[in-house]
Amino acid sequence: MSWFKRDRPPDEKLPRIEDKERRVRTEGLWQKCEGCRQIIWKKDLEDNWNVCPRCGAHSRIDAAARLRMLLDGGVYAEFDASLYSSDPLDFVDKQPYRDKLAAVRKATGVSDAIISAEGKLDGRLIQICSMENKFIGGSMGAVVGEKIARAIERAMEKRTPLVIVSASGGARMQEGAVSLMQMAKISAALMRLDEARLPYVSVLTDPTTGGVTASYAMLGDLNIAEPGALIGFAGPRVIEQTIRQKLPEGFQRAEFLVKHGMLDAVVPRLEMKPYISKALRFFAG
Amino acid sequence: MRVNPEPESDACAVAVEPHPAWLRVLLARHAKRPHSLDYISRLIAGFEEVHGDRSFADDPAIVAGFGFFEDRPVMVVAEQKGRNTKQKLYRNFGMPKPEGYRKALRVMQMAAKFGRPVITLLDTPGAYPGIDAEERGQAEAIARNLREMSRLPVPVVAVCIGEGGSGGALALGVGNIVLMLENAVYSVISPESCAAIIYRDSAKAEQAAAALRLTAEDLLGLGLIDGIVPEPPGGAHEDPDAAAESLREHLRLRLDELAAYDGPALVDHRYAKFRKMGNFFA
Repeated sequence: MSWFKRDRPPDEKLPRIEDKERRVRTEGLWQKCEGCRQIIWKKDLEDNWNVCPRCGAHSRIDAAARLRMLLDGGVYAEFDASLYSSDPLDFVDKQPYRDKLAAVRKATGVSDAIISAEGKLDGRLIQICSMENKFIGGSMGAVVGEKIARAIERAMEKRTPLVIVSASGGARMQEGAVSLMQMAKISAALMRLDEARLPYVSVLTDPTTGGVTASYAMLGDLNIAEPGALIGFAGPRVIEQTIRQKLPEGFQRAEFLVKHGMLDAVVPRLEMKPYISKALRFFAG
Repeated sequence: MRVNPEPESDACAVAVEPHPAWLRVLLARHAKRPHSLDYISRLIAGFEEVHGDRSFADDPAIVAGFGFFEDRPVMVVAEQKGRNTKQKLYRNFGMPKPEGYRKALRVMQMAAKFGRPVITLLDTPGAYPGIDAEERGQAEAIARNLREMSRLPVPVVAVCIGEGGSGGALALGVGNIVLMLENAVYSVISPESCAAIIYRDSAKAEQAAAALRLTAEDLLGLGLIDGIVPEPPGGAHEDPDAAAESLREHLRLRLDELAAYDGPALVDHRYAKFRKMGNFFA
């Protein structure tokens, strides 16, 4: 007889203590840091904008928290909050894209993968777009494209700087070539912002890949990134499939991109606001 | 529409008609489909290729050069696939690297400096996804092209002649006029990759091709392109000369149309066109 053979069928197990009595409610109160593997009191982490107080690892924050962090008093006015995708392709995979959108909207509380807002950064009025990675991977479709294009137009109209915080897997597959063309639409709008000599700071956060990197995220007067952020054109898995070998450690991380001349600086999250403030003071006086 | 020109000889063959969108994908990638240089040799007189991005290398996946389209001086920038194994490797299967996109931008800006129209031919499975391409800024190269093409004060006509592979194609695709050949496809992701993501099975590419709406008719219907260039019966590979003549008619028409605009008007025209794309929200 083997050591591990059950000697009694599972349904004859000893009576268990009721789950309710055994369980201490701890879920959601603690979080494991991805960097140092320490268990951290979640509130400590949130108070520190999801930067690990022990090792400094940056875990992701949502679009709204990003705006609260960067804008004075956490106050901002949102634009185009009710813009919804109308599903141009009638796309159906395992479930209709329409249903997926409705479910994600409910779960995240945002209408699409970006919040477009106006607020003050150290007293200076700016237009700012913050991407929500939890919304279908922060993917860019017609709504993201339109919201950014309108934000650029607002920046030109009011002559304010523009900040875009990217956190996106790229163009949204479910909107096909429509999302592809948003890359050209936004880049063309940035051309006009450039001609108007208004500053644009692109902040790349984990992750920024695909069509977002290959359009507006790389077109800032300054392209800055958070430490450790994954940034690239092709995703790591796609590259591994192409070259059929493991990728080197640190490949496509923010520090790698700085080394290869693709970014102006790596800026820790807690220093992001003073950095942008200083840059805007340089650009716009 | 037939993909295989040989008559069906196998009596046991199951006659399952593939989805029309998938047929287009197969035609767009057909082994005998005319590639960019096949059109250039038929349409551009005295074509002289120019090489290099002036900072790293020359990318054979992009062919750029000047010549004369019906006596009109033009700059041509085109993605080039290979026909046999040796050529395919040389052209990197038509997948450009950053230096290719930078060469493209360099020559387009040269054309702008001298007021010459630009014709681009799109035909790529996608921008090259490799370590070296990432190190040299594939994303930055594409992004810069998108912005700078939108600023060119000369007529730009872009034609998707085969595979319009996502950002890798769009990086040459910001035209005043964007055309697609009848059997070309233009998509944000390849049907195989799309199927791998959705169904975790790249063999379901046929289904994905239908869902992605990537045919010329689809893009025209979505307001993303300006016209469709008809191909000879059976596809461009059945009669490359006729396909080139068909393209010639459309290029002449469009270049004539754009000749009426001055530089700033061309920039405004291109901007207005792309600004309207994707009016799909409520």
